[in-house]
Amino acid sequence: MSELMATANIAAQYEIAERRRRIYTGLLLILLLVLLIGGVRVAEEANSGSILAGLPKVFDYPFDILSQAYSKGWDFWSIPFSLQHAENGVQHTYFYYLIETINMAVVSTLIGFTLGGLISIIASRNLVKSRTLVWVTRRFTDIARAFPEIVIALFLIFIFGKNPIAAVVAIAFHTTGALSKMFSEVNENADMKAWEGLEAAGASWLQKVWFGIIPQVWPNWISYGLLRFEINVRASAILGFVGAGGLGQQFKTFVDWKFGADIAAIILLLILTITAIDILSTWARRRFIGKTAH
Amino acid sequence: MTITAHMEELAASYPQAINPNRKRLAAWLAGLLTLVGYLFYIWGAFDVSSALDRANTDRASLLALDTYAYKHHVELSLKSGDLMVNLEGNRRNAYETLPEWVVSAGGETRVDMGAGYLAVISLARLQLFKNDVLITDIETTATGPILHSAPQDWMRIAANKIEGRPDIYVRFIVTKSKILLQRYSTGWENFWFDSSSELNGTSIWAAIALTFSEDRLDTAQSNYALVTSEIWGNNEWQHGQIMHAMMITVLMAFCGTLLAAITALPLSFMAANNINPVGLLRFSMKRVFDFLRGVDALIWSLIFIRAFGLGPLSGILALWLTDTGTFGKMFSEAIENADQKQMDGVNSVGAGKVQTTWFGVIPQILPVLISQTLYFLESNTRSATVIGMLGAGGIGLKLADTMRTGQDWENTMYIIFLIIFVVIIMDNISSWLRARLIKGAEKSAL
Repeated sequence: MSELMATANIAAQYEIAERRRRIYTGLLLILLLVLLIGGVRVAEEANSGSILAGLPKVFDYPFDILSQAYSKGWDFWSIPFSLQHAENGVQHTYFYYLIETINMAVVSTLIGFTLGGLISIIASRNLVKSRTLVWVTRRFTDIARAFPEIVIALFLIFIFGKNPIAAVVAIAFHTTGALSKMFSEVNENADMKAWEGLEAAGASWLQKVWFGIIPQVWPNWISYGLLRFEINVRASAILGFVGAGGLGQQFKTFVDWKFGADIAAIILLLILTITAIDILSTWARRRFIGKTAH
Repeated sequence: MTITAHMEELAASYPQAINPNRKRLAAWLAGLLTLVGYLFYIWGAFDVSSALDRANTDRASLLALDTYAYKHHVELSLKSGDLMVNLEGNRRNAYETLPEWVVSAGGETRVDMGAGYLAVISLARLQLFKNDVLITDIETTATGPILHSAPQDWMRIAANKIEGRPDIYVRFIVTKSKILLQRYSTGWENFWFDSSSELNGTSIWAAIALTFSEDRLDTAQSNYALVTSEIWGNNEWQHGQIMHAMMITVLMAFCGTLLAAITALPLSFMAANNINPVGLLRFSMKRVFDFLRGVDALIWSLIFIRAFGLGPLSGILALWLTDTGTFGKMFSEAIENADQKQMDGVNSVGAGKVQTTWFGVIPQILPVLISQTLYFLESNTRSATVIGMLGAGGIGLKLADTMRTGQDWENTMYIIFLIIFVVIIMDNISSWLRARLIKGAEKSAL
């Protein structure tokens, strides 16, 4: 009898808890919805045009670009390979600028990967005894991640003039911050048995890191590095837009000149490149760490 | 068996562990050589050496100095004989009474330049003393300045202009029409109260003390209202406008991310191969996601700015489309990786298609969904800054404004500090929420 009552009691308690949980979830969803609607309204107020007035015009610009591209006929497809106007008197093809953008991404990822790897070891609580050192390193990586890349790029353009170096340094700085955070999380999840074994055998700190940690973590490091590379290809295209060279800079010129066919060609090149790099890096990541990581 | 014998036996049975693998070594070496070669190629392709040669380091140090220091201008017009002391060369910030480091008497003005430098200027000449030793003597004439002391390598001498910077904090310019002294001081001047404010010169601590005081400075409003409105309305630092712009940027990130998550969820079910049996629909949905991501927020914002005008709404829509692509891809992968057993279980007790999805799939992908959305909230705050700079408004636009003139690097620095602060706060909130909401599921998602 008492058992039955106890069961009934549990069921009632469960019911109450479940109802409370539902109420909380519901309230949270309503709150989010209210915030969202309020936010969009505020944004609309601050905007120079309104949603309703702009809605019919959404396709104007894409249509304009595409019709200009269409009017070129088959010649459109030769645009990426034809010589373009260039600022220093040297003419290049879009293809050349595309390669420049990719190179910017590769170099900045390489620099960020190397520095991030080194810094992540000092930022891992299980590898460094000094709490202060870990704390200081982590705050540095926080700042490096949060620092707006575009500001570094613009500052360097002030100093070096329009050059890919500005974008490379800016992206590398951000990448260093982002990767050292991710790497240090990987390092902290590493199995410490190898480390302890090496310690028992009298290995130095450097040997413990090199033989005990690195072999475990590097597949994940590579995977995160490739993911960063995808992001950096976009970033280098965007920074080009403010004058740091590459395809982005060309794009900016033609957006200002309203050359629809060229704009369409560059967007197409960018989409194809980004998609190709996505596919390649997903494939490479699967190879490195198996199918578990997305 | 001795230890040595045992070791020899081990070495014999695992030769590859003792002898380095030549193939692997060669591969490493080849990789390293490729890397070095590639870096050389980049050095040439990016024209690094000539860029370094051309690098304007003077400009860089001036810009850097401007981020943490401000300067007073002491300007003597040789035509009218007027003496003006102002802040950063801005006439609106001129001093009505001379500060104590400028002493004017008998047609001669003595300016204590700091760092041991003393400048004595009159309509006829500029004399600069370092620790009471005369180091520069310049005579002004109607045709241009004449240098009477030895030229120094920190001077730039032209026919009608002599410019000198003996110390990073001390600078003078003499032309045929004026003598200009620039005196640098460390700090952010007028950060709380601008020069037109009646509270100008009051320290923030004194101002806080003032808010608790009963004696009203202005009879019309309380001291608290006065102090806050003066800080908020500071014309030089624009605290009120900058905070508002920062809020707009956070708003863009929040609305864009949330809208994208809401849109991507149903679409991702259409793209998942364990939910949607129609291959063509799945394939086209995935290509739509690729397209949305590939076009990038920057290009989307250009399109939306044409339609909706400059402002945060265009920014929200741009983030929305890009992130719908990203979320769609991630969510659909999460759905595809969901465990079939849970769905089978729900299905076996007689649940319909909708119920199977609701109770069998949603609980499994919820952690990935929440954690990705929160993660993107933080990263979108940064993206919103960038597209804001290119026309969507918010803090990005403010940042671009301060950088455009190259004069207000202290304001740029202030905004950067603010952005870093907000991004770190968002980062902490989002990881705290992730940890609270999904407990342990954190690690499984990216």
